[in-house]
Amino acid sequence: MTVLSVSNLSKAFGGVKAVQDVAFSVAAGELLALIGPNGAGKSTCFNMLNGQLRPDSGIVNLLGRSLVGMKPRDIWRLGVGRTFQITATFNSMTVRENIQMALLSHHNALMSLWKPANAMYRDEAMALLDRVGMADQSERPCGILAYGDIKRVELAIALANQPKLLLMDEPTAGMAPNERVGLMALTAKLARQDNIAVLFTEHDMDVVFAQADRIIVLNRGKLIAEGSPVEVRANPEVQAVYLGSGATYAGEGH
Amino acid sequence: MLANIVIQFMNGLAGASSLFLVAAGLSIIFGVSRIVNFAHGSLYMLGVYLAYTLVEFFGRSSIFGFWGGVLMAALCVGLIGVLIEIVVLRRIYRAPELFQLLATFALVLVIKDAALYIWGAEDLVGPRAAGLRGAVEIMGKRFPQYDLVLIAIGPVVLGLLWLLMNRTRWGTLVRAATQDREMVGALGVNQSGLFTGVFFLGAFLAGLGGAVQLPREPAQLMLDITVISDAFVVVVVGGMGSIGGAFLAALLIAQAKAFCIGIGDVSIFGTVFSFSKFTLVVEFVIMAVVLVVRPWGLLGKQQGVQRGAFMVEPPLYPLNQTFWIVVLAIVVLLGLIPFGGDNYLLVLLIDIAVFALFAVTLHFLMGPSGMVSFGHAAYFGLGCYGAALALLKLKLPMELALFAAPLAGGLGALVFGWFCVRLSGVYLAMLTLAFAQIAWSVIYQWDAFTGGSNGLIGLWPSEWLKNRAVFYAFALVLCVGSILFLWRVVHAPFGYALRAGRDSALRADAIGINVRRFQWFGFTLSGAFAGLAGGLFAFSKGSISPETLAVSRSVDGLVMVLLGGVQTLTGPVAGAALFTWLQDSIARNTEYWRAILGLTILVIVLAFPQGIAGFTKQVAARIGVMRREAV
Repeated sequence: MTVLSVSNLSKAFGGVKAVQDVAFSVAAGELLALIGPNGAGKSTCFNMLNGQLRPDSGIVNLLGRSLVGMKPRDIWRLGVGRTFQITATFNSMTVRENIQMALLSHHNALMSLWKPANAMYRDEAMALLDRVGMADQSERPCGILAYGDIKRVELAIALANQPKLLLMDEPTAGMAPNERVGLMALTAKLARQDNIAVLFTEHDMDVVFAQADRIIVLNRGKLIAEGSPVEVRANPEVQAVYLGSGATYAGEGH
Repeated sequence: MLANIVIQFMNGLAGASSLFLVAAGLSIIFGVSRIVNFAHGSLYMLGVYLAYTLVEFFGRSSIFGFWGGVLMAALCVGLIGVLIEIVVLRRIYRAPELFQLLATFALVLVIKDAALYIWGAEDLVGPRAAGLRGAVEIMGKRFPQYDLVLIAIGPVVLGLLWLLMNRTRWGTLVRAATQDREMVGALGVNQSGLFTGVFFLGAFLAGLGGAVQLPREPAQLMLDITVISDAFVVVVVGGMGSIGGAFLAALLIAQAKAFCIGIGDVSIFGTVFSFSKFTLVVEFVIMAVVLVVRPWGLLGKQQGVQRGAFMVEPPLYPLNQTFWIVVLAIVVLLGLIPFGGDNYLLVLLIDIAVFALFAVTLHFLMGPSGMVSFGHAAYFGLGCYGAALALLKLKLPMELALFAAPLAGGLGALVFGWFCVRLSGVYLAMLTLAFAQIAWSVIYQWDAFTGGSNGLIGLWPSEWLKNRAVFYAFALVLCVGSILFLWRVVHAPFGYALRAGRDSALRADAIGINVRRFQWFGFTLSGAFAGLAGGLFAFSKGSISPETLAVSRSVDGLVMVLLGGVQTLTGPVAGAALFTWLQDSIARNTEYWRAILGLTILVIVLAFPQGIAGFTKQVAARIGVMRREAV
């Protein structure tokens, strides 16, 4: 089942065509990796999906519903979870409270002035933390966690509204190499269990080829390849983009 | 008519120069050190006073005597700036932003009393500038020669500053540090030298701005607060850290003011509209409009990132049984005091209860909501006037009139807050100040309705509350009840949503929280309870004046919160109690209570950068660790 479908997506900044005519779709339970060299338009593409940027043209549909022009917080309410390249958590709260915060918002309970928030949706929060392996650190302030652990907390926050789609911008950026594959393996496991569609951008090719079901490759704002990891690895255009075609060197007379 | 317009335009230009000098200094200091120097107006005031003395000393009748005196005054103020930087501010660059603010508040108090001690309380009228005493004729109107020189000073200083900033190595460093001071430090630049230099320049400009005003306005002790709020407006309208912006804004505001005076009373559709009264408000209206349209000021840019300087607040712990038992015990104890205490003590205790509530409402904004208000007294004062007018004009019984207090405070906060939550950080703080000044001006000038500068009298509570001890109990119950309610709110989902927005607006938005709306509601809630505190204050005093919503009252609130520690819930209560008691007991014994208060604050800031409650918490934690280690 297709969860997210994107077509004709374009965005220009002044004269720079950051994203041109991009189209793809993500199915439930599928991990789709969006890769490409620096400046390829990955972040722009991403920010048009989550509501940070408004596309110049194109269609972004979540389960048949258009997301274009919606605010990030409204997109979240439709069932889109997000993690950020640079982690964003509530540092003055404990790990559990971070999850509770998302649950309170999900259950529309934020306007209450009286009930102690600390006791609300506690078990639900603990269950989510248990799924990402952070239950034993639930009472620690989020501000003092190791970076890899904050990434797990973000994953749990993203799962709090039972999302249909998970958007992960460079989920393993800044993590130790041995932790990276672990985090994405966990994500893949959870996504398959809950039938969540996952779209992630990533620089670490080990992570991409180990966990992605499918890969799309952007270069200079255009989609240049799409397919399974094996197909993309064998694609000559992708190889040229990542390894260089030798053309520049040839041109300089080497 | 045309001649009038030209003269008003020239007046505006003359007024703009001083304003620009002060604002440019403030802007440069903020750009590099990220310190909002509340004492900048005090430096201006010192400039005027020192110029008065030095011009007398050098001889007021010679040209050298006058200009020599003015320049020497500016240099002296520059050196005072250096002294302040080395003795106080250098020690707290790493402290949270709010503590730096508190330190500069303390300096305002100290400098004010120093000026009072040296020059006395009387206004000092300065001499006219030697050689420029006459007037020139412009289109048939007389215009003072000296004002022509003033008009020239602004652009000349702007040009010199441009050369300094763009053509010298030092200026390049200043511009670099304004963008990213950590990076400048990482490149091996001696930061403390740079900071001291910047303070000298900033203070010099403030001093010069004051000194050149000597022939136009008398030296007096209220200059510090009036000038600092003007300078804030100019800097914010122009854009923080932008010298050109400060110039543009100074021109704009000085012109607007000059024209309001020039137009005078105008009859529009039969009603007389006094533009000259509008002068007090016009700059703040300009600021409010500019900030809503261009949140970073006319020529400003979004501020660069600040790394590593912030402190992460520890998590809130649930209010447990022990907490409630301790609170109950304290309240019972406080309630028993009337049976042993005298009337004087009761007055003090009522004040403490009222200001504790006021401080808690301010903390509600500054702490959990992450919005620093420089003008919180507005809501306190609106509460005072709301209750008073309901009693006097609507002839409501006192109990019902008291309801008007939170209503008025809340309504004011609802309206002002809608604008304020569109901004953040320093810009938000300055906009709150602007709104407070607008509210103050309106109340100050609306003689027929609010009693103007005289205020309102005859605000006595109902018969059953006439006894001081009973009124004390009444106020205690209301204040403690409100404080506990606000604390519950902080622990409730609403308070958590506010904290979430403060901690990470990006994440809060990504989990469906409309941060701005929560901030707006939080602002209103805080304003309503500040209004209640104001209402109680009005009935405890029997009379009120525009003083209740003056800048100094807002500053008092900030000092209370920061003294107690913004990172703790109970801190503001401790801060309010200490501040009110100190103010009361020192003020009875000496004329110079402000200086003593200021020095006390400086000592506290330098010794306990986390506030009193933060400090005790730390000590308690340390004792806890020792105990655990002993086991």
